[in-house]
Amino acid sequence: MRRWLFIQALRLPLVPSAAGASASPLARGMVLALAVAALLLAPFLVDALLGRAWVRVLDLVMLYTMLALGLNIVVGFAGLLDLGYIAFFAVGAYLYALCASPHFGLYLPFWLLLPAAAVLAGVFGVLLGAPTLKLRGDYLAIVTLGFGEIIRIFLNNLNAPINLTNGPQGITMVRPIEVAGVSMAQVHSIGPLSIPALYNYYYLFLALTLLVVFVSIRLQHSRVGRAWVAIREDELAASASGVNTRNLKLLAFALGASFGGIAGSLYASFQGFVSPESFGLMESIMVLCMVVLGGMGHVRGVVLGAVLLVALPEALRYIGPMQRSLFGQVMVEPSDLRLLLFGIALVLVMRWRPAGLWPSPVRRREFAAAPAAGGSASTGPEPRP
Amino acid sequence: MLSVRSLQLGYGAISAVRDLDLEVSPGELVAVIGANGAGKTTTLNGIAGALPVRAGSILLDGEDITRVPVHQRVGRGMSLVPEGRGIFARLTVAENLDMGAYLRRDPVGVRADLARNYALFPRLAERRSQLAGTLSGGEQQMLAIARALMARPRLLLLDEPSMGLAPLVTRLIFDTIRAIAAERVSILLVEQNARAALELAARAYVLESGEVTLSGPSEGLLTSDAVRRAYLGE
Repeated sequence: MRRWLFIQALRLPLVPSAAGASASPLARGMVLALAVAALLLAPFLVDALLGRAWVRVLDLVMLYTMLALGLNIVVGFAGLLDLGYIAFFAVGAYLYALCASPHFGLYLPFWLLLPAAAVLAGVFGVLLGAPTLKLRGDYLAIVTLGFGEIIRIFLNNLNAPINLTNGPQGITMVRPIEVAGVSMAQVHSIGPLSIPALYNYYYLFLALTLLVVFVSIRLQHSRVGRAWVAIREDELAASASGVNTRNLKLLAFALGASFGGIAGSLYASFQGFVSPESFGLMESIMVLCMVVLGGMGHVRGVVLGAVLLVALPEALRYIGPMQRSLFGQVMVEPSDLRLLLFGIALVLVMRWRPAGLWPSPVRRREFAAAPAAGGSASTGPEPRP
Repeated sequence: MLSVRSLQLGYGAISAVRDLDLEVSPGELVAVIGANGAGKTTTLNGIAGALPVRAGSILLDGEDITRVPVHQRVGRGMSLVPEGRGIFARLTVAENLDMGAYLRRDPVGVRADLARNYALFPRLAERRSQLAGTLSGGEQQMLAIARALMARPRLLLLDEPSMGLAPLVTRLIFDTIRAIAAERVSILLVEQNARAALELAARAYVLESGEVTLSGPSEGLLTSDAVRRAYLGE
């Protein structure tokens, strides 16, 4: 029940069109006001009800939401399967870590590093996109997978001959974010209210997540968004309609990557530490699962996917102590259970909700129509008058 | 309107079309006929810009567009209806038509063209909110043509519109093509169904293994012994 509230708090502001289409402006305003209040109070409520550890989870939820929405642009909107997406997260994280830690003795300000991370990750997005323009589906997936691994292996090995990345040890003592002279890592107090570090990060991440959500929604309903859908459906037909397929595919890669870069730089300062092992293939797959489980191409669904896949594994941690109190020992390690349940959940969702947990109306329609249309074979030559 | 001079096209080491010359005058309906693998689709894709040209030149209204990319040719008044229709299967009929007008900046004109298309294809008007992938083959072909018309082309490139359609539906599609041509849109039609194409077009080219072997007014070709033997099964 508590978790439901917490999920609800995150998704409320995203549903005005669904809930408010027929409702009066007053009701819509009320819903919006409630949503804003819920989002602002979330860390206090979560802290009081579930404990401080869950505020940290809340912060991570925000980071992964940004990541998932970035990948959603590439996979969901433009239909380009990317299995190396976490590389852009790594680029952003390392840029921040290298430029704000004792490793090089550099301490560049946050307001400079955040856009720099977005731009640099975007450049890497184009670097990945340019050679793969002619690839689709499984072939593209293999190349992107390789790209993700190359970045990770570089980070792992660039400690010699010149120590750039400090290799597998990673970079420690990354400086926390400072906004207008206020450090995120310190406790601040406004009147009687004391605001711990995790709360500070929450509000910063929330602001940026809302920005990413806003950009995603605007993109989806723009000319660019429609062109991406056309490319996803049929590339030749899209170009025959006047869509510059090359530029739009590169734009999808660059934009998706820059969201990842932003999330990465935030992650580096939040953790205070980065190392190559945080950016493995499993992480890419996890983010992809958030997109697919939630509802590919649907902003609200993707947010839900990120919330569930970050929060549920944390909830499973309670299973360990629960077993001990029931059986006197831990029979199944929660971490083992996590992957098992994750696998089962994937299978169940793909079987019963192939369009995702919360698909866009269009996707739902597609999957409902698929049996009648014979799937993608619908362009086959069946002579039906 | 369209003038193609000594065009060479190919894939890798294979040369698919050699030394092709072709003309379409304003308002003219011209057909290219030939057997499977003669290079008809290659020719059309080359003219549309979907395939890089190896040699030769393509002129549209006297302007050299040989190196102009596909999406820019649309803006210059040339629209391709790809082989196998190439509709956006998971978009609705209305959304497909909307994509056809992607480059246009005149909402009033677009709305007028949409109404004209729905008048030309009443079937599409009935199914405007249906997913394109759920349409029948003939309806999909109509949608592909209507989508190309939404760009308000002066030259329409049609790739095998009768592909996989029942004879009755083919006749319906060909009647529509005739109606479009009557509105002074130039049409280059590539067809395997030689008789139907020759009955529709004023002039035609016969393509054999990537080369034009015969060309001229359709009536002449319909009665020529070579064409009758090879393509009309007589």
